[in-house]
Amino acid sequence: MKLNVNGSERDLEVDDHESLLTALRERLGLPGSKNACEQGECGSCSVLLDGALVCSCLVLAGAVAGRDVRTVEALSDDEGLHPVQRAFAETGAVQCGFCTPGLVVATYALLTENPEPSDREVREALSGNICRCTGYGRILEAVQRASAAMYRR
Amino acid sequence: MSTSAPRVRVRGVVGESVERPDAVPKVKGEFEYASDLRRDGMLFGATLRSPHAHARIAGIETSAAKRMSGVRAVITSGELPTRERFGLMKLDQPVLATERVRYVGEPVAIVAADSAEEARLAVRAITVRYEPLAAITDPVAALQQGAEQLHRSGNVIDEVIVVHGDPDTRADVVVEGEYEVAMQDQAALGPEAGLAIPRRDGGVDLHVATQWLHEDLRQIAPCLGLPESKVRLVLAGVGGAFGAREDVTLQIHTCLLALATRRPVRMTYGREESFYGHVHRHPAKLFYAHGATKRGELVFVRATIVLDGGAYASSSPAVIANAACFGAGPYRVPNARIHAVGAYTNNPPAGAMRGFGAVQSCFAYEGQMDALAAKLGIDPVELRERNALRNGDPIITSQPVEGSAPVAEIVRRCADAPLPPRGPETDPIALPGGAGNLTHGEGVRRGVGFAVGMKNVCYSHGFDDFATARVRLMRDERGPLARVHTAAAEVGQGLVTVCVQIVRTELGVERVELDPPDTTIGSAGSSSASRQTWMTGGAVLAACREVKAVLLSRARATGRPPDDLAALLDEPIDKTVSHRHRDTEPRDAATQNAGHVAFLFAAHRAVADVDIETGLIKVVQIATAQDVGKAINPLAVVGQIEGGIAQGLGLAVMEEVILKDGHVRNASFTDYLLPTTLDMPPVVTLLIEHPHPDAPYGAKGVGEPPTISSTPAIVAAIRAATGRTLHRVPVRPDDIVFDEPYRSGWRITPGDDPRRAVRA
Ligand code: FES
Ligand code: FES
Repeated sequence: MKLNVNGSERDLEVDDHESLLTALRERLGLPGSKNACEQGECGSCSVLLDGALVCSCLVLAGAVAGRDVRTVEALSDDEGLHPVQRAFAETGAVQCGFCTPGLVVATYALLTENPEPSDREVREALSGNICRCTGYGRILEAVQRASAAMYRR
Repeated sequence: MSTSAPRVRVRGVVGESVERPDAVPKVKGEFEYASDLRRDGMLFGATLRSPHAHARIAGIETSAAKRMSGVRAVITSGELPTRERFGLMKLDQPVLATERVRYVGEPVAIVAADSAEEARLAVRAITVRYEPLAAITDPVAALQQGAEQLHRSGNVIDEVIVVHGDPDTRADVVVEGEYEVAMQDQAALGPEAGLAIPRRDGGVDLHVATQWLHEDLRQIAPCLGLPESKVRLVLAGVGGAFGAREDVTLQIHTCLLALATRRPVRMTYGREESFYGHVHRHPAKLFYAHGATKRGELVFVRATIVLDGGAYASSSPAVIANAACFGAGPYRVPNARIHAVGAYTNNPPAGAMRGFGAVQSCFAYEGQMDALAAKLGIDPVELRERNALRNGDPIITSQPVEGSAPVAEIVRRCADAPLPPRGPETDPIALPGGAGNLTHGEGVRRGVGFAVGMKNVCYSHGFDDFATARVRLMRDERGPLARVHTAAAEVGQGLVTVCVQIVRTELGVERVELDPPDTTIGSAGSSSASRQTWMTGGAVLAACREVKAVLLSRARATGRPPDDLAALLDEPIDKTVSHRHRDTEPRDAATQNAGHVAFLFAAHRAVADVDIETGLIKVVQIATAQDVGKAINPLAVVGQIEGGIAQGLGLAVMEEVILKDGHVRNASFTDYLLPTTLDMPPVVTLLIEHPHPDAPYGAKGVGEPPTISSTPAIVAAIRAATGRTLHRVPVRPDDIVFDEPYRSGWRITPGDDPRRAVRA
């Protein structure tokens, strides 16, 4: 099957019950999306599928033929970090960082749809992303800082 | 000799909120965690685990598995190179079960295969004949006469008795209570993972996510039948730890498979296996009596504490000692008897988790303090202030608190923090039950609760606790550069930033690079006990000072100013230093001596809304004041505090490894609930800085106190809202709705030997 990953066409052979997460990590050389629960509970594996936020551990790899997948690896470019990434790095939103790629992608998706979310909207939008280290305080701040950097400059 | 700091101003020194050196790779998804490791020709390891809590192994049949496609090795206890056992404090754990299994999940066989799928299938093709035995899953029952002995040494892992003053003295007012803390999971997001690579010399290199490389090495090498010189450990990226990575999990297995196949082997646990594969927080049953004068001065504390150590000892002896030593809390208590015992059972092994024994007793003694306040008619905050430890006061082990004991100050500062706006909530998402839309606020009551806790920093009771650091100051095309090498595990806590800040502060060099931690340098000790800033930070500081001394003598010899680094670094300066804290005394019979290095204190106030009809809880705000000595990186300190509070909140209202006959009933993130953005309230953090004279820059260590007293503060808020007793955590909705007081099922006079318990 063919699919578009981070802007380039890729050919891929997958097993029947293989998840998109496994295909990304083990076959496509994109380990940025993390595996922490494999049950759709933690958001560590968050990617954009045709622009929509999904847990890649819940998506069958075979079901993404011909579709467009974007992972955390696509957010920064040669110019540097995406404002969401910069905000996470600067506000102390990263400790062990295992949740970070998923949260960065989820925040990107949120701010694309809702440029200036309220605290409550952020909490709802990110409630599927578990972070065991930070207690979320700095993450919530990072989202607001990213929103400011992206839209209110 | 002048030791004045170089005059060049560098950014990112001690006291500033500095960005982590690994932040950029982490936000880009480029940071390599242990589970991301790969090598060409790598095999995948998998583990067969016991389905029984207690059974005799009558036979193992592996020939079918060995014949399967892709399978390169199958190892059972019969094929191990040695009969050595492993364990943090007692070598009581077999590498693979021999003759008997003692808990559900105990490793019985391991497999290496070309793919993870083939390894899993091969594990399923192994047949083991078990003869099930009766399982002991109640730790108090395990201690009673006639209980079946799970280990040759008996069922007592260790026992710590603290006797202080005259514990049998009388008091005007006495309150008694029994409490229970359930099993909590560390639930680090990164799964256990490691990659072992065989070496040409017959040795092995292991890249692994761990908290203490050298302690792993000490346990691994003998089990492989290799000298330590033939095993090298390298720290792989760690996705959180919280105590769960103190113990050996897959380290020995991965090395065995690599040595057997002569190929690199990676093992990674899935989430379910992780629940069985690592130790958890000790479940505890605690029986307390507090006595006080009519004016509210504490007269005595008597307590019996039974910790469930599970099938193997792990770090239980030290957890038991902590539960006992800090069993009366941060108060002046002239008379005490604490009898703490850890029991072997057929539950999964318990070991280190953030707070390490201090969590369990704090839940009980803070419940007692509230009960005492109610009985005396004194405000709970006032009662705590009145009894607060002051500088120089002894704790119940007779050791005086030196450095700082600002207990009354943190209590007052925390109590005075602004409260959240009152006003009825209208948005259901902000009410108990959240998006479930279960209430419009009719049955919702608000409560405020308060708690204070304490704990030691660094290792205690005569342990030879040290950390090693190498600092090299040199010059390259881009100018002066410092490199730091230690074996200390960065697990997320931010030690890497602290090391960089210390070097910048001491040497005036902005460019600081960290070598990967490994066992080619001396031990750094464990990333636990809130100790790495004190210990590895202290070692880096000491090494920097030696480097600086060389720099100054070169400056004197050449007549150059000491901050003219470019001119003074024709030759690099290279210093390696081992740093020790002051000696601590080993435990004596009544635990009355200076067993600890120093003490950490924090206070928490919780505000919670509770729906008494559904039993659902929404924590609205946490305020905290914490004695940190000195905040080396204030932003990172706030992160530790908020993260620690989230784990305390989890234990208070949702996190429990549910055990039934030794089986974990909820080994997944679907069933083991963790706090999310909707559960975690805003936190008001007040940093209290009284530098400790022995610590680098006075920084005392900050990781654990947030997890200790946040739990009892939240439960106190729920009690205040509902009037329920709530002597067990986590508090479940039914505990609120049906109001059945917790009963341990045992009668024990607080302070007595739990072997004298009778069934209630
Ligand atoms: S790994 Fe996909 S949600 Fe947890
Ligand atoms: S930073 Fe460790 S899980 Fe979020």
